[in-house]
Amino acid sequence: MSRKSRNSRAATRQAHAPVFAALGDETRLLLVAKLCSGQPRSISQLTEGSRLTRQAITKHLRVLERAEIVHCVHRGRESLFEFDPEPIEGIKTYLDRVSEQWDEALARLKSFVEG
Amino acid sequence: MNDRIEKRIELKAPVSRVWRALTDHLEFGEWFRVKLDGPFVPGQISRGQITHPGYEHVKWEAVVQKMEPERLFSFTWHPYSVDPKIDYSKETPTLVEFRLEKTATGTLLVVTESGFDKIPSGRRLEAFRRNDGGWTQQMKNIESHVAEKP
Repeated sequence: MSRKSRNSRAATRQAHAPVFAALGDETRLLLVAKLCSGQPRSISQLTEGSRLTRQAITKHLRVLERAEIVHCVHRGRESLFEFDPEPIEGIKTYLDRVSEQWDEALARLKSFVEG
Repeated sequence: MNDRIEKRIELKAPVSRVWRALTDHLEFGEWFRVKLDGPFVPGQISRGQITHPGYEHVKWEAVVQKMEPERLFSFTWHPYSVDPKIDYSKETPTLVEFRLEKTATGTLLVVTESGFDKIPSGRRLEAFRRNDGGWTQQMKNIESHVAEKP
């Protein structure tokens, strides 16, 4: 494996902890569920139908924003939040890689004990 | 715990043979591709150097948890910690468990790795699936790696 691909994989790895942490909350998952259809929404739209206050929703959006799961975009005077699938796809790639490593190691174990 | 990877493999070798391959540090090192400094001892840190081609710069460090002869071997570690510039010790470690079961033809080995920090559980993933976003499939893919155990 080249140094470059090792480094880029490590860089992806580094970003996972905040993504996992950001997704580890019911309210934030609901916000992601609302946004992942692709339509950017305002804080008011995201607060509608929720028991939480606008401030609380804003706080959760900031956590998602720091993990780069959502981005804030400005349309005229309005601030809208937009979903970015990349960090979550990064988690998938990471889990795939860990899973793949186990497959490889266990195949070696198999030939080791059966050989 | 829902946040886990699980692998099951049938081995045509007796449980005692598989146990030795897992817990004798020299044998473990052979197939896992790591040069370990010393034997595995429950409660103690196991250190060594990865020998897998391309990963020779990576240090092995795990804390041995349980060694129940021919039944269960477990350790905690930081999976895929390949970048020397990153301090993985700050991240929550995952728990790796090897469970052995005698079968008619040899041994069933079940390996689980759990504790990936706050991976959304199956129930939570449902929240995503209700939407028709193009990445719904991606979440299904994640779930296929995170087998649910009630």
